Amino acid sequence: MTSFRRVLSSQLRNVIRSRWMVGHALLLLAVTILLLRFGGSGERALLSLVNLVLLLVPLVSVVFGTLYVYNAREFIELLLAQPVGRGSVYLGLFGGLALPQTVALWIGVGGPLVLQTVAEPAVVRPLVMLLAVGTCLTLVFTAFALCVAVLVEERARGFGAALLVWLGCTVVYDGLILLLLTTFRDYPLETPVLILTFLNPVDLARVVLLLTFDVALLMGYTGSVFSDLFGGGLGIVIAFGTLLVCAAIPLAAGFRWFGRKDF
Amino acid sequence: MIAGFLAVGVVTVSSAGPVRRLSDALALARPGDTVIVTAGRYVEAGTVRVDRPVTIIGRGRPVIVGRGDHTLLLITAAAVAVTGLVIEHVLPISTEDRAGIRLEGATGCRLEDNDIRDTYFGIYGAKVSDCRIEGNRVTGPARREQASGNAIQFWSSDRLTISGNRVTGHRDGIYLEFVTASVLSDNQSVANRRYGLHFMSSHGCTYRRNRFQHNGAGVAVMYTRDVTMEGNEFLDNRGQAAYGLLLKDISDGAIRDNRFRRNTTALYLEGANRLEVTGNRFEGNGWAVRLLANSVGNRFENNLFTGNAFDVATNSRSASSTFSGNYWDQYRGFDRNRDGRGDVPHRPVRLFSLVVEQNDPALILLRSLFVDLLDQAERVLPILTPETLTDLAPLMEPPR
Amino acid sequence: MTAPPMAAGPVPASGAAEVRIEGLRKRYGRLEVLRGLDFTVGAGRVTAIVGPNAAGKSTLIKSIIGLVRIPTGQGRILLDGVPIDGGVRYRERIGYMPQAARFPDQLTAREVLALVRGLRPAGTPVDLELIERFDLEPMLDRPIRTLSGGTRQKLNAVVAFLFRPALVILDEPTAGLDPIASGIFKDKVLAAPRLGTTVLLTSHILSEIEELADDIVFLVDGRVIFQGSIPSLLERAQATRLEKAVATLMAGSR
Repeated sequence: MTSFRRVLSSQLRNVIRSRWMVGHALLLLAVTILLLRFGGSGERALLSLVNLVLLLVPLVSVVFGTLYVYNAREFIELLLAQPVGRGSVYLGLFGGLALPQTVALWIGVGGPLVLQTVAEPAVVRPLVMLLAVGTCLTLVFTAFALCVAVLVEERARGFGAALLVWLGCTVVYDGLILLLLTTFRDYPLETPVLILTFLNPVDLARVVLLLTFDVALLMGYTGSVFSDLFGGGLGIVIAFGTLLVCAAIPLAAGFRWFGRKDF
Repeated sequence: MIAGFLAVGVVTVSSAGPVRRLSDALALARPGDTVIVTAGRYVEAGTVRVDRPVTIIGRGRPVIVGRGDHTLLLITAAAVAVTGLVIEHVLPISTEDRAGIRLEGATGCRLEDNDIRDTYFGIYGAKVSDCRIEGNRVTGPARREQASGNAIQFWSSDRLTISGNRVTGHRDGIYLEFVTASVLSDNQSVANRRYGLHFMSSHGCTYRRNRFQHNGAGVAVMYTRDVTMEGNEFLDNRGQAAYGLLLKDISDGAIRDNRFRRNTTALYLEGANRLEVTGNRFEGNGWAVRLLANSVGNRFENNLFTGNAFDVATNSRSASSTFSGNYWDQYRGFDRNRDGRGDVPHRPVRLFSLVVEQNDPALILLRSLFVDLLDQAERVLPILTPETLTDLAPLMEPPR
Repeated sequence: MTAPPMAAGPVPASGAAEVRIEGLRKRYGRLEVLRGLDFTVGAGRVTAIVGPNAAGKSTLIKSIIGLVRIPTGQGRILLDGVPIDGGVRYRERIGYMPQAARFPDQLTAREVLALVRGLRPAGTPVDLELIERFDLEPMLDRPIRTLSGGTRQKLNAVVAFLFRPALVILDEPTAGLDPIASGIFKDKVLAAPRLGTTVLLTSHILSEIEELADDIVFLVDGRVIFQGSIPSLLERAQATRLEKAVATLMAGSR
């Protein structure tokens, strides 16, 4: 436990001091302020922020995470040559990546929004949801990043794989759902589609956020399954639980692979 | 005492007597008299009949309570005025339209500043003309839809003025059938079980500055021509079958300067023809305009579309309504000649809205990057979206 | 205070450690890198592992340090007679100097030293001699990214010897050092057995091996083709110089 703490604190220091992380926070901050200032009406700006959280946060998490692990390769070896278990090193890496990115998200997106919220208290719930979902996505995609970096030896390939993971979750998966829907349009597909949505963290995050951001009204149209499930507090709990499971699975898989890996 | 109430044609009702009930006062009153009801709670065992032209004035908000199994006030005469009363307690029954105040064949009547609470129907009129219903508050018990009547309902009536009323907790807020040449303004119809406003075959009526909010199914109007709707607000009507404003077989009218905000579907047109839809604001709705193919010759101009998931949806590739000079927040064109109009036409129908039209569950992909990319591709190279449904001169700035 | 219970792997009190390799095999997919190694690194001796590229030197070293996993049944590695078996604490007695030293860019050298210090039990003796002799003190508070490659390699050497290890493993140690630093470093290696440290090193520079090593383990294609002292190697190859002897041995193994 102490060795985990020490590895974590050194990773934290290293990541926080890197220009990358500062740049990421500043980028989020700039985009958020721009969207709030010039992004049109409040709702529209918030919807743009949803896209920021749904697309940019996972992209940065998975790409930065992957590259960071490749960069830290020799240092990881040095650490593993010390009397430290591999679990401590792995979890230290994960925490060292996920925590600063979460903080960057809160500062970059949460900061300007909090200021906005002072003027417009109705934004509190969307803000909390936005940050909570963003944090979950950071955890999920940092875990994906570790998996990629552990499994793929070569840096360039790993970078490509990270992009593929992102592209798969944000674009390809939804394309396949749409294909499924149009192919089997005569069948009752609400439940299968709902299950598929739950299996992709980005889709799940998107639906949770849309329901918060007042497009909730749309879901009435698609019938009861969506609104029943997502409408109540239980649905939100299930959704966040599922997002955490989405993070835990790759994290655990990476843990296993990292433990067996030859450096 | 007795001289006092006979003197100038004034009958006073008070719990101290001698006239202790409104029904007694009406038996005494002659045409043209004024009945003053002083503060207190008056129980009526049956329907109070107003069959001669009198003015009933409540002083200090007197409460008229029934036993529940009858209409409370039945007005059958001309030129009756009722103001300042609180009318309470009429139980629902399926065989009869019991109401707080019922008008039958009345003309030139005035109902003003009354509170009607916990009634089956609030104000119900049949074969009425030239009446004014103003500033009343009709509050229902918010029962199930079947066990609840309408707050204000008129049937086969003409030249009514219904304004400044607040109706809530009933089945429909305002329901009109075969009502003509009437004006409804400044009413608030909020949180009714079914429709905030519902009318059929009520030609030549005007609706101004009303607010319809949080009603179960929004506003639905049918089988009518020459409707004018100006400056109304249609807000927060959500659900599978909820509409800000549903138009079915409505023709030759104007929908002007209204505000549609946060509705599942803001404006729905089915068999709606030759309507002039101008200057409206569509903000944050699921569907701003759903235009069915059987709607012909409607003109959409100078409207504002912002923050809607779908600005325009339609079920056909051909469109026989025109869009011109609207502001679309999704427009990405430019204005080189600086005339305030975009140089490139705008196509407000998203490919995705066509997909959803045929495939409800696809809605879960809303705002997915994949879907957005698909929409962009379709915008550049339209294949499936209606070619004719374009705004040739979209506004660069929001109107006003 | 009583001593903490032992985790997997030996933690004897002090003194130079003996390493024994028994039937060690390792394959990466279809590629067999180590094909059954058996040899002993004597306690308090300096042993050099030599061999051509891809002979398995790095894999062998990384197996000892635990970076490369040895599946059960693929041989054993024993430190002072106790199998390491994927344990953790046996590394408290090992110092390691990898070929290329890369530390986290944003940390200072002092923070790196504090980190590795923190990963050992409290009270582990510390040897700061190399910091002094490399004159690293002025560099310690600068971020690693501002340090030259040579300085990083010096830091790498410092970390390897920092805890008076019972065994120090050096992978091409002098490759990045300038001649002066190299000299200081070689002194440290030569003094190590006296201070209770067994040295295991790889190098391509045979003169360096001649200078530093007592024993040689000759690895070709994942097999040991010679193990013994340098004089015995020279004698066997009937050569006067190590270079010649190595060449002869290589030719013989083909």
